[in-house]
Amino acid sequence: MSAAKNVKKQKKNESMMKLTMRRLFRNKTAMLGLTILVVLLLIAILGPLIAPYSDIEQDLMNCYGLPSLQHPFGTDELGRDILSRLIIGSRASLEIGLVSIAGSAVIGIIIGCLAGYFGGTVDNVIMRFMDIFQALPPMVLAIAVCAALGPGVNNCILALIISGVPGFVRMARASVLNIRGMEYLEAATAINCSTARIIAKHILPNALSPLIVQITMGVANSILSASSMSFVGLGVQPPNPEWGAMLSAGRNFIRNYPHMVIFPGVVIMITVLALNMLGDGLRDAMDPKLKD
Amino acid sequence: MSEETKKNKDALLSVRDLEVVYTSSGAVVHAVNGVSFEIEKGKSLGLVGETGAGKTTIAKTILGVLPDPPAKVLKGEIVFEGRDLLKLSEKEMREVRGKKISMIFQDPMTALNPLISVGDQIAEVVSLHENCSNKEAAQKAMQMLEMVGIPADRYEEFPHQFSGGMKQRVVIAIALACNPELLLADEPTTALDVTIQAQVMDMISELQKKLNTSMILITHDLGVVAESCDTVAVIYAGEIVEYADKEELFLNPQHPYTLGLFGSIPSLTDDVDRLKPIPGLPPNPEDLPEGCSFHPRCPHATEACKKGVVSYVEAAPGHFVLCNHCKDCKKA
Repeated sequence: MSAAKNVKKQKKNESMMKLTMRRLFRNKTAMLGLTILVVLLLIAILGPLIAPYSDIEQDLMNCYGLPSLQHPFGTDELGRDILSRLIIGSRASLEIGLVSIAGSAVIGIIIGCLAGYFGGTVDNVIMRFMDIFQALPPMVLAIAVCAALGPGVNNCILALIISGVPGFVRMARASVLNIRGMEYLEAATAINCSTARIIAKHILPNALSPLIVQITMGVANSILSASSMSFVGLGVQPPNPEWGAMLSAGRNFIRNYPHMVIFPGVVIMITVLALNMLGDGLRDAMDPKLKD
Repeated sequence: MSEETKKNKDALLSVRDLEVVYTSSGAVVHAVNGVSFEIEKGKSLGLVGETGAGKTTIAKTILGVLPDPPAKVLKGEIVFEGRDLLKLSEKEMREVRGKKISMIFQDPMTALNPLISVGDQIAEVVSLHENCSNKEAAQKAMQMLEMVGIPADRYEEFPHQFSGGMKQRVVIAIALACNPELLLADEPTTALDVTIQAQVMDMISELQKKLNTSMILITHDLGVVAESCDTVAVIYAGEIVEYADKEELFLNPQHPYTLGLFGSIPSLTDDVDRLKPIPGLPPNPEDLPEGCSFHPRCPHATEACKKGVVSYVEAAPGHFVLCNHCKDCKKA
């Protein structure tokens, strides 16, 4: 009896949002992903407090140190503690990875929805613009941004956002075109939904699942591209640590000192894995067909 | 059609001389060619015709949801409560659409958003048109669910948890949620199996009577028309070829096409081996035949039918036929 009552209570005014959250919290994989992300974020926030050594101080007596008790992840070519560099570097890396993808996803999805929904000339103009952006190699674009706005992490994020937008536009547009012909959109017009409402409430939620996957995969790419951008002066400048930069710096020593590559690589992998687990869980939680 | 029917003051909706074309890659498809009809408050009109005759186009034109381009209204007017819907601005049309005129879609499987609970989908139309809180809208949605025979505690369930017939009930609930003056039912039972068809049609007719709503029922099933319409318009190649009261049409069909339709219905009493289909195919709407568009398939066609304009004749009061060979007709 009380159980039945409970069900009734739950059914009253439980929004889609709450329902999604409830189902997300029941998904163990997604929760593991979320936990890892929270831990990573805490590490980034607490960085200097928990790092055992300084991240930029060189110790030339201890170059290329293999993992040991003093330096659990070993040291790099200048004797800097890799663990500390990873901890401090998580700030820049997570910021670049998450913010740039969030930026390009939001902009790209909005533009893509408009292109897919309106079609015709609007679509044509938008997509040709995106073609122009995609025709530019990201590196050239990065150099252009750097030349125009100067070096720095924020401009690096901006360059990544610009180069990431066309991919999201394409994907969002394709996904919207898929549902554009559905009768429920016609029905929504027939009950007089405004265009904004149709896009926000009827199209976007139905178009979101492939986009979530692309978002979570994109973070890793972003971190890696950021490392190549530091080469042209965008992004984190040496000696400050950043995961992607550490990875590409260690590449030269991979034969003799693989730990210099392995640890940054593993950290990036864990981040992406955690995001993927969370993203998959989120996608499942938002699909009512997979209920319970 | 004769002058007196055109100027009927009691008509809730009157469509006059409507012409709609679709243009696609140079070809012009004449979907609707000069259709006129009208409907009084609380009455129901059946639009009968085969696939591609232009029935759905007529409904979408009335509701103002034709995709433009490729569709274009060439001429005609649709007068609803004294205003020509074709001349209204989008803003004025919004007050009509969904509130005063609403539509039931053909395929309930795709007419509901799979990610929103059915209750919320009904509540959406209520909150869009009526000045009320979300809570009141939800209340109203529950009432509507009960009205179409779905327990209100299924409010939170999603479309995939419903069967086809139940989904169509939800679609009907959405269409009726704001007590529309006019209901456009676009083949509401085509996607459903026969037993469910009967239930759904009964329900639509019952609710239509109860709410005193006018209805335009689009179908290719004369049986459905016989059950739930007051007037019938038979449509062929975008034209109304016969227009009459239901009884008159069923007892005294005049147009060869209508006769052909009746000939294609299996009879329960007569024992026949084969049905008599109408020979030939519907005309290509990009390239309609000259003269009477039915003449290539008509058993009575003469030279006069192949050229020249065919006009309506009146077989009985209020019974109009678009044919040169109507037996007991006088010129209207």
